[in-house]
Amino acid sequence: MSLESSRIPAGSQTVGPYFRIGLEYLLDRTPSIPPDTSGMIQLRGRVLDRDGAPVPDAMLEFWSATTAPSGPDKHLESRSFPIGFRRAPTDADGVYSVVIERPSMKPHENENAHASHMLVMVFARGLLRHLISRVYFEDDPANQGDPVLMMVPEERRTTLIAQSDPSAVGAYRWDITLQGPGETVFFAW
Amino acid sequence: MRKEKIDPTMVDLAQTGTQPEYHFPPYLSSIARSPRMPLIRLPETLTEKTGPVFGQGLMQDRDNDLTAQHEGDPIGERIYVHGRVLDEDGRPVRGALVEVWQANAAGRYRHKVDTYNAPLDPNFSGGGRTLTDEDGYYCFKTVKPGPYPWGNHYNAWRPAHIHFSLFGAGILSRLVTQMYFPGDPLQPLDPIFNSIPDANARQRLVSQLDMDRSEPNYMLAYAWDIVLRGRSDTPFEERHP
Repeated sequence: MSLESSRIPAGSQTVGPYFRIGLEYLLDRTPSIPPDTSGMIQLRGRVLDRDGAPVPDAMLEFWSATTAPSGPDKHLESRSFPIGFRRAPTDADGVYSVVIERPSMKPHENENAHASHMLVMVFARGLLRHLISRVYFEDDPANQGDPVLMMVPEERRTTLIAQSDPSAVGAYRWDITLQGPGETVFFAW
Repeated sequence: MRKEKIDPTMVDLAQTGTQPEYHFPPYLSSIARSPRMPLIRLPETLTEKTGPVFGQGLMQDRDNDLTAQHEGDPIGERIYVHGRVLDEDGRPVRGALVEVWQANAAGRYRHKVDTYNAPLDPNFSGGGRTLTDEDGYYCFKTVKPGPYPWGNHYNAWRPAHIHFSLFGAGILSRLVTQMYFPGDPLQPLDPIFNSIPDANARQRLVSQLDMDRSEPNYMLAYAWDIVLRGRSDTPFEERHP
């Protein structure tokens, strides 16, 4: 490709406070893991700002590449989320919740010993670009050798690890702190 | 098992000036919500090389015609907004999900948080979506949004804009941005628009009047192409599943 034909990606702008107008049609509202399903997890938590105040107008997106089933993706024919993807807003208390397929690493795709994880994108009024993070799960022993987690300074790794929530099977809790003490690790990409 | 060798170099992608910094004090809301710790460069593992695929099942009639979602016609200047979604090599991004939302012609959002004393329009919701075609092409019919005041500083007004959300071929091509209109005198005064340091990069968020696509005695058209990160000949193009 010549330099002339190379394009520069468009600049990012904030999602603003009114994103529900365009995105309400596809926000996860599943209150808890349905009893007749297996292989699902629920991830809940809060989004907090510098002062520990809840961020009530954030939108989170989760992506896990490792959950593709064999066979066609029926999600493509209905108004529902693609497998491995969810989008959820925070409420007035800064709380989000998603119910999503449990990320799992297929051995043949996992020669680098990645632990189970999801990529997380944070959008909000005040964020001119979205933030990218990753969430891991405390009960995955592979965390010890995950090559991306190992890039993170040891004292900050805990900010990326969801804790098991004893209130329900398959439930985890993970808070996101945008700034200040306990600031979540964010990635450049 | 092979361990990836990863360079934990700290990087700042906004250095080039084509993207905003997270911390941009003229935009007050960025101050308490932007991270202060260094970002860590994310390697491209399977997670980053893939992304969700959205299908026609998401789409319903009139999702890309914001003027036809109610009984009557919305008040305002009827317009086409159209263009192509391209990758960094100028190749079309096919099947890209394009979602939009906007204020009505009076500058009012249909949202409980918006308390601006301008009328709501019973015939305008302000949300839409579409998938790009084989040429990366998208098209919306809508009304031109009005400018509106906001609380960032004394007598602050946002230039007219339409919010855009895009999913390209891989998750790292994800983009949320805003499309502006040519000749809007509020643009030089707007901290959000001016959070992008590079003047050319700012202008790339401004659509162009497109008389070829306008319809005489019916509506004007604005053209806006959107370049997403990634190249077709890199793993960014990999689809999931």
